Amino acid sequence: MDLMNWVYLSVVLFTIGGATVLVRRNAIVVFMGVELMLNSANLAFVTFARMHGDLDGQTVALFVMLVAAAEVVIGLAIIMAIFRARRSASVDDANLLKY
Amino acid sequence: MNAALLTVLPLAGTGDAVVPGSSTGDAAVFWVLAPIMVLASLGLLFARKAVYAALSMAVVMVSLGGVYVALEAPFLGMVQVFVYTGAVMMLFLFVLMLVGVDSSDSLVETIRGQRLVGALAAGGFLAFVLVALGRTAWPTPVGLSAVNEAGNITGIAERIFSRYVFAFEMTAALLVVAAIGAMVLAHRERSGERATQRTISENRLKRGQRMTPLPPPGVFARHNAVDTPALLPDGTPSELSVSRVLQARGQTLTTGTLVEHVPAIQEDMDPDGRGSRTHGARLDGKPDDTRPTRPEPHEPAGRSDRADEES
Repeated sequence: MDLMNWVYLSVVLFTIGGATVLVRRNAIVVFMGVELMLNSANLAFVTFARMHGDLDGQTVALFVMLVAAAEVVIGLAIIMAIFRARRSASVDDANLLKY
Repeated sequence: MNAALLTVLPLAGTGDAVVPGSSTGDAAVFWVLAPIMVLASLGLLFARKAVYAALSMAVVMVSLGGVYVALEAPFLGMVQVFVYTGAVMMLFLFVLMLVGVDSSDSLVETIRGQRLVGALAAGGFLAFVLVALGRTAWPTPVGLSAVNEAGNITGIAERIFSRYVFAFEMTAALLVVAAIGAMVLAHRERSGERATQRTISENRLKRGQRMTPLPPPGVFARHNAVDTPALLPDGTPSELSVSRVLQARGQTLTTGTLVEHVPAIQEDMDPDGRGSRTHGARLDGKPDDTRPTRPEPHEPAGRSDRADEES
């Protein structure tokens, strides 16, 4: 079993997450795309930790999870605040700074 | 990464080098979980409803937890399941329910060519990274069995509390700040005066609404149920005494079915057949002139909160 398969998988997942961020318009789905990218990076960290026989990768993945959890809390709170003000969760509608 | 290990990098070839401590089960885990994860994450991209996207995302998270366990990171696998599927995806679903169905769920593109450009960018990135990965020489996988000898959690804990202790303390501060920030962002100032009991009752009087509590259900209930309407003095069931939801579903008992229950009720009250049937109030509501009607003390039916539900 080639360990590199996991790295390829993480690249595919990262691409799908990035495409979600680029294409979708619902802010919550866009945010889930960001989460998917973070998770694919974690997968790469864990894979490389195993490849190099060093637990540093797993430790960093743990920190990524912690930061991602904090980021989700703040991001969802911002989305909710925007939804209350604009009655919409679309990323197209948050354009108050434009005019 | 460890500098000593990185120097090994050019020496090693790729190919199907067997990782120490790995098993053939690894390949099985990969070929089972990887297609599931890719398909589920494609659901994130193509699902019309945001809830479906969130659920397929949860599938990816759970599968990743299994992948981590297969990759000799059992602690991370557990944390992944707890944090991501347990907390993060639940938070996502919670906010989705709060926001509700939205126009942004539609897949009509508002910027012309945005989807094409997005697909091109994603495809270009994928091709770029895959080519770069394919041209890289990888070290012979070392495996974690030697490092995990004292236990995976022990190894991670040693790193967290020695080399990364400052970063660890920073994450503690970060989590506190994030919690406070979410509270501040989600907080909404009360715009009007808080309604007191007096103002509520005065408003109800002004609008001519019902002042008394609603009649409780289940006066003749045989079981602890709210589907039995109370009977008015003329024998008709009171619509107000059962929940409107149950009525809309047609799940309430009618007077006709109550009459069918009379023998069973009398059996319940007087199981061995002795004694007079003084307890049996007639359920068809007709005044019973042969026996004194005395209502049985039934289960407490105080439902004062339903008065608020009506208003």
